[in-house]
Amino acid sequence: MKEIKKCFITLLYTRKAQAVKQWMENEGFSKEGSSSSDDELVDLTGTAQDLIDDVPYLDHGSTANHSNGSWAGNAGLLDLLEEGVPGVGTYDDFNTIDWVREKSKDRDRHREISRKKKQSVLALLFSLSDAFSGWLLMLLIGLMSGALAGGIDIAAHWLTDLKEGVCLNGFWFNHENCCWDSKETTFQERDKCPQWKSWAELMVGVTEGASAYVVNYLMYVSWALLFSFLAVILVRAFAPYACGSGIPEIKTILSGFIIRGYLGKWTLVIKTITLVLAVSSGLSLGKEGPLVHVACCCANILCHLFTKYRKNEAKRREVLSAASAVGVSVAFGAPIGGVLFSLEEVSYYFPLKTLWRSFFAALVAAFTLRSINPFGNSRLVLFYVEFHTPWHFLELFPFVLLGIFGGLWGALFIRANIAWCRRRKTSRLGHYPVLEVLVVALATALLAFPNEYTRMSGSELISELFNDCSLLDSSKLCDYLPLSKVGDKGANFSQSSNGLADRPAGPGVYAAIWQLALALVFKMFITVVTFGMKVPSGLFIPSMAVGAIAGRLLGIGMEQLAYYHHDWPMFKSWCSPGADCITPGLYAMLGAAACLGGVTRMTVSLVVIMFELTGGLEYIVPLMAATMTSKWVADALGREGIYEAHIRLNGYPFLETKEEFEHKTLAMDVMRPRRSDPPLSVLTQDGMTVEEVEAMISDTSYSGFPVVVSNESQRLVGFVLRRDLVISIDNARRCQEGIVGASHILFTDHSPSQPLGGPPPLNLRSILDLSPLAVTDHTPMEITVDIFRKLGLRQCLVTQNGRLLGIITKKDILKHMAQMANRDPDSILFN
Amino acid sequence: MQAAGGVRLLALGCVLVLSAQLAESKNSEDIRCKCICPPYKEIEGQIYNQNVSLKDCNCLHVVEPMPVEGKDVEAYCLRCECKYEERSSGTIKGTIIIYLSVLGLLLLYMVYLTLLEPILKRRLFGHSQLIQNDDDVGDQQPFANAHDVLSRSRSRPNVLNKVEHAQQRWRRQVQEQRKSVFDRHVVLS
Repeated sequence: MKEIKKCFITLLYTRKAQAVKQWMENEGFSKEGSSSSDDELVDLTGTAQDLIDDVPYLDHGSTANHSNGSWAGNAGLLDLLEEGVPGVGTYDDFNTIDWVREKSKDRDRHREISRKKKQSVLALLFSLSDAFSGWLLMLLIGLMSGALAGGIDIAAHWLTDLKEGVCLNGFWFNHENCCWDSKETTFQERDKCPQWKSWAELMVGVTEGASAYVVNYLMYVSWALLFSFLAVILVRAFAPYACGSGIPEIKTILSGFIIRGYLGKWTLVIKTITLVLAVSSGLSLGKEGPLVHVACCCANILCHLFTKYRKNEAKRREVLSAASAVGVSVAFGAPIGGVLFSLEEVSYYFPLKTLWRSFFAALVAAFTLRSINPFGNSRLVLFYVEFHTPWHFLELFPFVLLGIFGGLWGALFIRANIAWCRRRKTSRLGHYPVLEVLVVALATALLAFPNEYTRMSGSELISELFNDCSLLDSSKLCDYLPLSKVGDKGANFSQSSNGLADRPAGPGVYAAIWQLALALVFKMFITVVTFGMKVPSGLFIPSMAVGAIAGRLLGIGMEQLAYYHHDWPMFKSWCSPGADCITPGLYAMLGAAACLGGVTRMTVSLVVIMFELTGGLEYIVPLMAATMTSKWVADALGREGIYEAHIRLNGYPFLETKEEFEHKTLAMDVMRPRRSDPPLSVLTQDGMTVEEVEAMISDTSYSGFPVVVSNESQRLVGFVLRRDLVISIDNARRCQEGIVGASHILFTDHSPSQPLGGPPPLNLRSILDLSPLAVTDHTPMEITVDIFRKLGLRQCLVTQNGRLLGIITKKDILKHMAQMANRDPDSILFN
Repeated sequence: MQAAGGVRLLALGCVLVLSAQLAESKNSEDIRCKCICPPYKEIEGQIYNQNVSLKDCNCLHVVEPMPVEGKDVEAYCLRCECKYEERSSGTIKGTIIIYLSVLGLLLLYMVYLTLLEPILKRRLFGHSQLIQNDDDVGDQQPFANAHDVLSRSRSRPNVLNKVEHAQQRWRRQVQEQRKSVFDRHVVLS
């Protein structure tokens, strides 16, 4: 067995290298806009080492598939294949998995275990542990993700505050923790304490004045530049896949695509470290999307501990769906919202079993995060609010207005961001990623420092905006004038528990309004440029910040309107003077939800996340009003959410499940070969020699070949994948006796009579898929697309009158859909 | 690389255990009761902080010195809001130190890979067998170098052989990733 493996490994080096070199000489790299064969594998020459990656985890000798029942009569030919040629049954990088094959592999394995468990106690224990392994894996994922998220939160808080100053008590404390048990904090200035020194104090010795301001400004900008520089060079040097949000690629991976290394160890480490740096550098990005990526990396790494998940790509994707739920759960402290997010946004196939397991994993992660306690007050998220003031149904009009704003902003943001990213992809802007990050960080820091609302981090800003002003607050936003200074003092102070009567705005509030308006404009423009840069960047917090600012401004406006014009008919009925009618914090919350919904087009998950964040069940109706309006307005302006738009920009082979296919084309309009193409490349079941097959493999670049009974009858036998063919033939040539170029290749289960003295035949029935799906040429495309979506197919054969006519691949369908929508069909890059 | 992953997992486990232990040893400095009292009549708003436990976390125990007397105390205390908060300074310290050390290690490794390793290799092996990760050296023969590695390293002990081999493979993967993300903009635009 060891010799076979060694034989195989050295074989891979030479053969694949030659094949790749030859392919490259023949075809050239396939890039966007390539006009050569449509079924080209985009072989990025990284696939050679991916085969090596495959070998270690296949050393148990897995046999690939289900059609291996009929070996027994051919012991002499098949003692190699019985042990399983390593590499068969795995996939190339940037290819789609075969869901049907993976699922049936898992069912076979499970059947085998159930059959054996009656035989001995050991087998019974093994079957129990196999059933239990899923839950154990979920537990581990929750623990690891929760721990990492806690670490990220603590480190990000510290690094963010490091831009402003340092703690003398212990350099590892951030501002709030430094002043934690200080007795010198006052009501007006809650964050001043002698242990925390700003940089101006440390370097120049003054706390106020122009020189202090300049020194603080300079230090802020330099720290921001340093952090962003470190982030981008670490990403570039160690794990280029760690940049961006990660959610579009995870969506594609969950639909069956393979991107090797995207969920690997180095990507995890680099993403964690650089996420903290990127968030702390003041750039307008959040950490929710990258946390989903981090959680999926943890899940992928932990899958390698369990054979059941390591070897089966479909089962692994179930685990990855659960991990995305964990990611959102630790980001927001919303386990239910996380599961719904995974169900709605990220997952492609979400069986009911995954629902329960995701919930379990999300709860474990939330619990772990809580016990690490990054915020010092047993809360999971920084902006946990607890107001319960009621709202009036007339306020639905401003709520709908917020929804419209959210939808408009979402649609415009998506268009602007995609245009910017496309420019980055195609023009010279993309050649200077490090410089781009530095320039954007510099611009952000320079413009953000003067305005106190942009100087604070996104989460702090949102937390302050969501906060409803009570007597205990002393921030600028809560600087209202008291209702009356003389007279009946008792009656003017609040009757309700934590709200105050609507009061006229003081000078602080007016100053805050101007600053917030400037912050809104700034954030709206800078986020367009920031999302998609070559550092880990998330979208949730910036969108929520934009929405929260808009909402709060509207809320303050409504509040003042209600106070100054309390005799208008619309206010008279429900807003008497001295009552607390309008809660600007609620408006901020709804604005945040509307903007986030407009950008990502989340529906149920967004509402659930928002009310898990706030604990306010009474605000479900306003939330739904705002979110629905925002989604309708945004859908009217552009069909896709930001993640689908990025998927389309990158050309990933993602078959959208949410859209209906509404054209009346038939399967024969989409299938290959077209009239002008060469005829379909098929293999016959017993008529081809090894040389002919190798010639066919090297002449074409199709990823699979149908096998027919004979060239005249064209009756279908099965389908064989190119990768399996290459591996098996090479293995046989090296390690099997007597296989030469003239040996026949057989896909039957009995060998026909051989001429005496001829070389022994090579039977490859074990790699043949005997049940390929086929449709007739008159099948409507609606049904065909439905079949592809529901079963997760890669290719489907087309027959006419029982004879094989052509083949439809997933890429053909995507191109067809693009053509039907008048988009460029050559933008679909991968296979 | 598998060993490296295992080491990482082990380190993570240590962090968890450590943090759990640190959480248990409750430092008296790590608990506090924070009372915020808004302005009342002529008295300014104030914040009071004390390291008391949960049962003593109320206005009467924490607000000292009491700015009002007699019957006003109750009215004053009714407006104050007292919250009990806990934190784990050990966890914070541990996390920051681990983070900084990992960051430092990564930066050092990057400096080593980009600056020092070519110099060292040149000195050890001479110009003829230079193994560089040059971007211009075509990857038309992706495993030409790997052959060199394998053939040259027969004389070296097995562990070093494996480490070198794994490192070469990893570097090639990263180079591929960098090409597709940064240069050709095929993935992750």
